[in-house]
Amino acid sequence: MYPFSYHRPTSVRKAATMLEKAEDPKLLAGGHTLLPTMKQRLAAPSDLVDLSGVEGMDAIEVKGRTLHVGAMARHADVAASEVVQEAIPALAGLAGGIGDPHVRARGTIGGSVANNDPNADYPAACLGLGATIVTNKRKIPADDFFVGMFETALEDGEIITKVTFPIPRKAGYAKFPNPASRYALVGVFASKRGKEIRVAVTGAAPCVFRASDMEEALAARFAPKSLEGVSIADDDLNSDIHASAAYRAHLVGVMARRAVAAA
Amino acid sequence: MPTVSMTVNGQAVSADVDARTLLVEYVREHLRLTGTHVGCDTSQCGACVVHLNGRAVKSCTTLAAQCEGAEVTTIEGLANGDDLHPMQEAFRENHGLQCGFCTPGMIMAAVDIVNRHGNDVDEQTIREELEGNLCRCTGYHNIVKSISAGAESMGS
Amino acid sequence: MSDNGIGARVTRVEDKRFITGGGHYTDDLNRAGQTYAYFLRSPHAHANVKGIDASGALAMAGVHAVLTGDDLAADEIGPLPCGWMIHSKDGSPMVTPGHPVLAQGKVRYVGDPVAVVIADTLGLAKEAAEAVSVDYEELAPVIDLESAKTAALVHDEAAANTAFEWELGDKAATQAAFDSAHHVTTLELSNNRLVPNAIEPRAAVAEYDAGLDRYTLWTTSQNPHVARLVMSAFLNIAPEHKLRVIAPDVGGGFGSKIYVYPEETVCVWASRKVKRPIRWTADRTESFLTDAHARDHVTTAEMALDEKGKILGLRVKTLANVGGYMNLFASSVPTYLYATLLSGQYNIQNIYAEVDAIYTTTTPVDAYRGAGRPEATFVVERLMEVSAREMGIDPATLRKRNFIKSFPHQTPVIMAYDAGDFDAVINKALEIADYKGFGKRKRESAKKGKLRGIGFSNYIEACGIAPSQAVGSLGAGVGLWESAEVRVNPVGTVEILTGAHTHGQGHETTFAQLVVDRLGIPFENVSIVHGDTDKVQFGMGTYGSRSGPVGMSAISKALDKVIDKGKKIAAHLLEAAEADIEFADGNFTVSGTDKAIDWTSLALGAYVAHGFPPQEIEPGLKETSFYDPTNFTFPSGCHICEVEVDPDTGVTDIISWTAVDDFGVVINPMIVEGQVHGGIAQGVGQAMLECAHYDEDGQLLTGSYMDYTMPRADNLPSFKIGTTVTECPSNPIGMKGCGEAGAIGSPPALINAITDAIGSEDLAMPATSESVWQALQTSALKQAAE
Repeated sequence: MYPFSYHRPTSVRKAATMLEKAEDPKLLAGGHTLLPTMKQRLAAPSDLVDLSGVEGMDAIEVKGRTLHVGAMARHADVAASEVVQEAIPALAGLAGGIGDPHVRARGTIGGSVANNDPNADYPAACLGLGATIVTNKRKIPADDFFVGMFETALEDGEIITKVTFPIPRKAGYAKFPNPASRYALVGVFASKRGKEIRVAVTGAAPCVFRASDMEEALAARFAPKSLEGVSIADDDLNSDIHASAAYRAHLVGVMARRAVAAA
Repeated sequence: MPTVSMTVNGQAVSADVDARTLLVEYVREHLRLTGTHVGCDTSQCGACVVHLNGRAVKSCTTLAAQCEGAEVTTIEGLANGDDLHPMQEAFRENHGLQCGFCTPGMIMAAVDIVNRHGNDVDEQTIREELEGNLCRCTGYHNIVKSISAGAESMGS
Repeated sequence: MSDNGIGARVTRVEDKRFITGGGHYTDDLNRAGQTYAYFLRSPHAHANVKGIDASGALAMAGVHAVLTGDDLAADEIGPLPCGWMIHSKDGSPMVTPGHPVLAQGKVRYVGDPVAVVIADTLGLAKEAAEAVSVDYEELAPVIDLESAKTAALVHDEAAANTAFEWELGDKAATQAAFDSAHHVTTLELSNNRLVPNAIEPRAAVAEYDAGLDRYTLWTTSQNPHVARLVMSAFLNIAPEHKLRVIAPDVGGGFGSKIYVYPEETVCVWASRKVKRPIRWTADRTESFLTDAHARDHVTTAEMALDEKGKILGLRVKTLANVGGYMNLFASSVPTYLYATLLSGQYNIQNIYAEVDAIYTTTTPVDAYRGAGRPEATFVVERLMEVSAREMGIDPATLRKRNFIKSFPHQTPVIMAYDAGDFDAVINKALEIADYKGFGKRKRESAKKGKLRGIGFSNYIEACGIAPSQAVGSLGAGVGLWESAEVRVNPVGTVEILTGAHTHGQGHETTFAQLVVDRLGIPFENVSIVHGDTDKVQFGMGTYGSRSGPVGMSAISKALDKVIDKGKKIAAHLLEAAEADIEFADGNFTVSGTDKAIDWTSLALGAYVAHGFPPQEIEPGLKETSFYDPTNFTFPSGCHICEVEVDPDTGVTDIISWTAVDDFGVVINPMIVEGQVHGGIAQGVGQAMLECAHYDEDGQLLTGSYMDYTMPRADNLPSFKIGTTVTECPSNPIGMKGCGEAGAIGSPPALINAITDAIGSEDLAMPATSESVWQALQTSALKQAAE
């Protein structure tokens, strides 16, 4: 790793000040993407601002018909949370399938969402549930948040404080893991809330996206059968040693049906 | 250099360390507790697993500075004096190790699995929960058997 | 059987330290004043090195040296040798241009070391390495094996990038067999390139003691004496008496830690230059780039059968990728460790094999668990299964029809099988696997929408490597005997010094079991010493499933000598004739009397030596032996794998795995089963998970666990293991070796099961979910369903 200064502020405001003052700072949440990248000398932040000292930033609660998950909530905590299991069991299940147990003990929802790895699970949940990403400056709807590969709408100095999820009537997530990394080779999150149907796909393309044809097909009836014959074009899908675009496209169909069936 | 203070295997320790120091480097190089190993660069092999405030984590992906005030247990701190932890005993009884390199991380992960899933954890759960620990020697057969046996004796 | 003698499931002596964090691996070591080495590696697959400018790095405080191939050349260090000569069909010797320790003028794979930086800390060494500039002139990479003969030259000396074009067997007779065949099965097979991936990365700590003018190297080696021999005799670092090599606890090897690599060579050599101890530990990416890779064959295989399914002939044409350089044992792997096993368990009168060894700009390939024999088994057992399917014969029946039934059996490809009972093995496997119930299970799977398949693999391998005479005649540069020393201490405890090296195999336990069995002394009174050239007289190390049949046989021979001398001493102490002394259960007795002396008293007597007639009895009780086997050993077995395939995704679940092996006499069934388990996991890895992928520029795409799929616990079932026993007649213990068998036997069983499930033979290893799904799209089964 290149040298850096380490800070552990006790409030979001102090963290924001540190971000402003530092030359090339990075926020440190769970660290499970950032630290390996730094170890490989592929990132060289001047300062690391560790958010784990901010009290209450890992809170999980339901307010009205919305689930609030603090940015520093660890994957293991979301998975094990009775509040989440009750409100959106598919989200608890998704969190329980991220990485491995040790990664889940450290990784956070805020870190995952801010990183927007094309193969990460949480972006599918955010987009598939119509979540709102709340920062120290504003509230960003998931539809506007995930901009591109490892790219989000976050601006410099902006800190995610929590993610809020409207509680759906039905939701399901199906993941086809990359056999090596166990990230999502393809993951599909499907939900229904009133008239709103959302189908979000991760892993398949450079950035999480909504499968609008599938959403339309599910509008009539939210059932796996409705998706039969609905395919995803493979033109813009990823193709690599783990899966061709055609196979990914096929898997999107299979995972979408399984996600709906699980909902 | 920041000073970090934590409790490792029940002992209070404090040192001035470079901010870059990983927890695994801290325990191996500063505390000379070399039972915790490094087998990869990408947080996957699990040879470095220790308990941080009671949870199994990868010490290769945690800064020592992040552990300020924390309780850390490494493989060296698992036994109670000369009395082996039941999970250590189970690995020996069931030939749950060959070259021994993944073993410390494997045992620390195993104890964590039992802590979270209880003493009657089934084989399928054990296999799924070992996703973060690679072993190249055993084919996992006897590791799974060891964890089942260790889980049972942890409850008795 | 005693509680901890031969055949007992003794828990391992070595475990105490490993389960408590008390192991001593190379990277655990710290030496006063130590420095750190970091290797600057080629980012290109193929390039000329026009110049190296290290001035910026050398100007940094705390940087001790930046050394390159020129510095090695100036000291006349290297090149790294290949230890096995192969001759081409035309009689010409193989072409093996030198393998410089650090690149000299040219790099031939991504990761090829170009320079080393030695600095006070690892971080500093890395920073300094970034300040070294290397002027590369890129050349065309040579990646694709099948087109490599017409590609740019990797070595100017090797025309058509060919190291050798070798053959074995009778070409004309085999052709005649094919001409008379009723049925010919032809398969295009690839044997995928693997990366060994011992979980402990390679490491070295080297120190030069100027006062003693002596080097010490601690390293992750399976064979420290061989490492010392190579460094002394071939690399010219120091004569053997000036170099001590210690291989402490080693975290898995699987072949990858047999070889002498550039890194430990450089550390030893440079430790004298910088006058400081030097340490180096590979990170995982370096391991992927530089540990010798494995397998990587492309083969056309044909089998000729008569109308009853009797095999008439077998023919293969194989291209073997050796990578950028010919590594230490690399030439023997696709030749004498491969084509000599093409007869499998079957009576085949005509076999002909051609193997071309090809250079490419990829990581060098060498022996990895099984080494050649998994490749042979894959060819033979895929041919058997596909022939059976094509001819409509039950695959078990076809195998039984062709089994060799009497021993010894001379195959047409060198090997003389000494013992076996293949019917007994397969019958036991069929029973454990409940072969009869398969049809019912298949129907049940179908009800769930799953495709169930079953696959066989009957392997035989040649291990216990190896009789020196035989391997010498085939081109080996060394003999492959083993040595042992039995030291009986005055209090009767026993230290066994062995040239074998344990890195997971449990020698500290199994070797002690042999001693307990022979000497009748308490288990805890025996210790095993290994891995240090200053302690152990010599040794060829551990690989090729040799530590039992060869290493333990050496111990057995030394024990014989100890007992003989003990009898001589007992005769003196008991005032009896030596011929009347009997030894059993740790006691020397005078036949037909109640006169006896126990082991401890005899040991003490040996060292007190009062009254020994000096011409007849030397004091002390310590004997050595060098054991050279008279034949290879031939473990055999049968694997039966059952899978379920999800037709929607191509995901394969291994539902059950049966392995029945004949390893001859088993010392510790618990440890042997563990070896089988681990071998199967690596075979499953090869068959459906692992593959080293290069892109067309020669960049390794699978350089971390993010991209290289290692078998995990949830990829595997619990295994059903059985054994049968035919004793090996060629060694004093009757054992055959078990370390590699699982990896040799398992891959075809899995591929045969999946192809059975999906009704298509068009499936290469690794059978990933995508390739299974793709094969299903064109399979007859799918078309029939639609």
